[in-house]
Amino acid sequence: MSPIALDIAIHLAKIALIFFVVLTLAAYLVFAERRILAWIQDRKGPNRVGPFGLLQPLADLIKLLTKEDFRPAGADKWLFYLAPAMAAIPAILTFAVIPFGAPLQLFGREVPLQVADLNVGLLFFLALSSIAVYGVALGGWASNSKYALLGSIRGLAQLISYELSMGLSLVPTVMLAGSLRLSDIVGAQEGIWFIVYQPLAFAIFLISIAAECKRIPFDIPEAEGELVAGFHTEYSGMRFGLFFVGEYINIIVLGGLATTFFLGGWHGPWLPPFAWFSVKTLAFAFFFIWMRGTLPRLRYDQLMHLGWKVLTPLALVNILVTGWILMLR
Amino acid sequence: MLGAYLPILVLVAIAVIFGLCSLVFSSLIGQKKPSVVKLAPYECGCEPVGSARERFSVKFYIIAMLFILFDIEAVFLYPWSVLFKRLGMFGVMEMGVFIVILFVGYIYVWKKGALEWE
Repeated sequence: MSPIALDIAIHLAKIALIFFVVLTLAAYLVFAERRILAWIQDRKGPNRVGPFGLLQPLADLIKLLTKEDFRPAGADKWLFYLAPAMAAIPAILTFAVIPFGAPLQLFGREVPLQVADLNVGLLFFLALSSIAVYGVALGGWASNSKYALLGSIRGLAQLISYELSMGLSLVPTVMLAGSLRLSDIVGAQEGIWFIVYQPLAFAIFLISIAAECKRIPFDIPEAEGELVAGFHTEYSGMRFGLFFVGEYINIIVLGGLATTFFLGGWHGPWLPPFAWFSVKTLAFAFFFIWMRGTLPRLRYDQLMHLGWKVLTPLALVNILVTGWILMLR
Repeated sequence: MLGAYLPILVLVAIAVIFGLCSLVFSSLIGQKKPSVVKLAPYECGCEPVGSARERFSVKFYIIAMLFILFDIEAVFLYPWSVLFKRLGMFGVMEMGVFIVILFVGYIYVWKKGALEWE
C-alpha cells in the first residue's frame, strides 16, 4: 500500500473506532445507569432482555425506532426536526481531539491515538460545547409547549453560566502545560498529574461539567417534578433518543476531558495506556451516576448563585494565584 | 496545517449522516395516527391556555449579556496562558491589573443585584 493510502486507511479506522465505540458506550451507559441506580436503591433494575439484561440497549433502540414520530401542532417544523441532531452531533465531535492512548508504532510509523491533534484542541472543545447549547434552546422553543420553553430557557442560562467557570478553570492547566494542544497537556503530566497542582481548578471543572451535562443535582432544565421533561417534553421516538444519546455521549466525552486535563490522560503505571484512559473516564461516568443516586436537585437561584458567585470568582482568583506561584518559583 | 482538520471534517460528515439517518428512519418506521387531541401540546391533560411563545423574565437576558462580557474576558486569558512562561513577571502583572478591573465590574454587577434570583 502506498504511504498516502495507508495514512487515509489509518485515519478512517480511527474515526470508525471512535464513532462506534462512543455510540456503543453511550447506549450501555444508559443500561449501566439503570442497573447502578437500581443497586443503590436496593432493587434489581432491567435484567430480562438477554443475559443480565445486556441486550436492553438494543431493545430500547427498537422501541424508540418504532414509536410514533410525533410533532405537536404549531411546532416549528424544521427546528423541531433538526434540534435533536444539533444536540447530539457536537458531543460526538468533541471526542475527536481527546488523546485516548499513547502513540502506537504501526507499519513503521508513529500513529497518535487521537482523531485530530489540533494545536487549538482546548478551544475546539469549548467552541463545540457552546454549539451544543443550540440543540437545547431551539428544541425547546420549537416545540410550542410551555414546559419545553421554560426548560430550554433555564437550560440555556445554566449552560452558558457554567461554561464560563468551566472555561476559566482550564486556564491554569494551559499555564502549566504551555499549550492548548491536548496531547501536550497530557505529555506535561507524565510525572505528576495536574490534579495535584490544581485541586481547586479540578473541583470547579468537575462541578461545571456536571452542570454542562445537565445531571442531577443540576438537572433543572428537565426537572421532572416541575417541568414534565423540560426541553424534550414533546419529543418522541428516535428524536427523543438523539437527545438522550447526546447527553450520555456528553458524559463520556466530558469524563474523558477531565481525565485529559487533570488526571494525566493515558499516563499510569502497569496497565497499558488505553486501559488507563478507559478506567479513568468510566470512573467519572460512575461518579455522575452515583451523584444521581445520592443528591437532591438544587433550586434555580442556588444553581445560579453557585455558578456566578462562587465558581467564577474562585476560578479567576485561582488563575492569579497560580500565576504568582509559578513566577515566584 | 489544515490537513489536521480533514479527519474532523470526515467525522462531521459521519456524525451528520448518523443524526439525519436516525431522524429519517424514525419518521419512516414509526406509525402515524395523528388526531387533534394528540397533536395538542402537553399541558397535563388540560386544554392548552394561551400561546407557548410567552415572554420570559428579563433576568435571562441579563445573564446572557453578562455571559458575553465574561466570555470575552476568558478569550483574552487563553493566549496569555499559552505565552505565560515567555511573558514572565510582566505578563502576570498585566493580567493581574486586567483581572482586578474585571473584578471591579463584577462587584458592580453584584451590588446592582443582577446576580440575584428572587
